[in-house]
Amino acid sequence: MMSFLTSFVNGLSLGSIYAIIALGYTMVYGIAKMLNFAHGDFIMVGCYIIFIFSSNLGLNPVAAILIAIVLCTLLGITTERVAYRPLRNAASPLAVLITAIGVSYFLENLALLIFGADTKSFTSVVPWAGISLFGGSLQIQGITIVTILVSLLILIFLQLFVHKTREGQAMLAVSQDRGAAMLMGIDVNKTITLTFAIGSALAAVAGALLASAYPSLTPYTGAMPGIKAFVAAVLGGIGSIPGAMIGGLVLGIIEILSRTYISSQLADAIVFGILVVVLIVRPTGILGKNIQEKV
Amino acid sequence: MLLEIKGLSVYYGVIQALKGIDFSVDRGEIVALIGANGAGKTTTLHTISGMIEPKAGEINFEGKDISKVPGHLRVNMGIAQVPEGRRVFADMTVEENLKMGAYTRRDKAELNDTMSMIFDRFPRLKERRNQISGTLSGGEQQMLAMGRALMSKPSILLLDEPSMGLSPIMVNEVFDIIRSVHEDGTTVLLVEQNAKKALNIADRAYVLETGSITTSGNASDLLEDDSIRKAYLGD
Ligand SMILES: Nc1ncnc2c1ncn2[C@@H]1O[C@H](COP(=O)(O)OP(=O)(O)OP(=O)(O)O)[C@@H](O)[C@H]1O
Ligand SMILES: [Mg+2]
Repeated sequence: MMSFLTSFVNGLSLGSIYAIIALGYTMVYGIAKMLNFAHGDFIMVGCYIIFIFSSNLGLNPVAAILIAIVLCTLLGITTERVAYRPLRNAASPLAVLITAIGVSYFLENLALLIFGADTKSFTSVVPWAGISLFGGSLQIQGITIVTILVSLLILIFLQLFVHKTREGQAMLAVSQDRGAAMLMGIDVNKTITLTFAIGSALAAVAGALLASAYPSLTPYTGAMPGIKAFVAAVLGGIGSIPGAMIGGLVLGIIEILSRTYISSQLADAIVFGILVVVLIVRPTGILGKNIQEKV
Repeated sequence: MLLEIKGLSVYYGVIQALKGIDFSVDRGEIVALIGANGAGKTTTLHTISGMIEPKAGEINFEGKDISKVPGHLRVNMGIAQVPEGRRVFADMTVEENLKMGAYTRRDKAELNDTMSMIFDRFPRLKERRNQISGTLSGGEQQMLAMGRALMSKPSILLLDEPSMGLSPIMVNEVFDIIRSVHEDGTTVLLVEQNAKKALNIADRAYVLETGSITTSGNASDLLEDDSIRKAYLGD
């Protein structure tokens, strides 16, 4: 029982990280109508930035995270401006997708060039050891608790931002009809830039939490979590903010439980198998809207 | 002149959709732009609103060429469009859609005044203010699209086929609303395939054929014109 609870809490924590990444995926998809396949690599960039400032230069972890958030935000804005925006009205939507894959390889290889292929050991940004319950039979690490709380705070913040601010309303309008949004006086470019900024800032936060929970850092650190978060976003209903949260949590829990009770080799296969089954039963994902043809 | 278009040319890739057209709309007028499918009517309105950039030509609004002004800034200058196919924000409620129409206006109190004026003009929208817009009927969506455009208090209202797909009763209702909006001081540029209705309500009209303006004149004269009657009025 205690081992189940331990796995469940760990799953919740991993799921929270997926959720934070998936939020970035889903917002960019919903508003800019593109899959930013480099999103996972923004996480890796965030990790290296924190690694340099915190593990190497000995800066306070919180300050290092703030620096990573700022730099990742700038990276997201620049990538959108330089690589994606010129292709926004391209004849084929594949153009920008392929560019995103290119950006992903570019960032991975750049990291390889600068930091080499060897694994760097990352110092957790949460020094707190955690709590021990039921007379020590249930140990919950500090980073696990912090991760779950941070993801909840981010979800609440995003929901308030989207539904209560002018910029959030602009995002909703752009996600539903870009042309009509422009006719309302909304600066579509600015709205998309803001979306990339938020998504990239979240990637930096996810990177800090991920590398603290799994403290080995390579240029490919972000790739697999990025793909799983994409799966989580699709599972929850791509474009939906609460959907990304639910999708992330479900995925994390399933992954850790499969690892513990079935097989650690098969865990990823199970995760992707579940995605396939869900999409067959509910093509729009858990919280996705039914797509109805309207005349 | 409130709006004066000079030599406007627009391309989609290599295809020229507008071939250097000239026309104008005076303050207080209703001007109709009629033409067959694919003539370039929607392209004209999109270019005026800044959704498309022209290759050449001027869009003079209140005496100033705005053809280089980003589209989203033209709303605040007084240009609002009711797009073809309504394009209401389907997942938002009626009231949220109206608020989107006033996106550029910051004064909350004034905004509420405009909203009550819109609700007076469109009582059906008031009844349905909390309904999700995607579930409105076609006619109601058309009302909403018009109300949304009026929320920015435009000096010129561009309407793209507001009667499309509506029942005859609804069409009459829509044209009554256009007339009353105009009487309240809004200049109107009306794109229509329903040429008879459009010419009946308009002061002047232009006929657009494959990207060029071929005929223009007083609407009442065009209603009598034989070739117009043949081509556009089904006589
Ligand atoms: N996005 C686009 N890409 C390429 N060609 C386009 C595009 N939009 C319009 N066109 C072409 O430009 C021409 C004018 O189109 P436009 O939509 O302005 O016509 P319209 O007069 O509004 O027609 P309708 O009465 O059917 O609405 C047409 O030949 C059309 O095929
Ligand atoms: Mg048209």
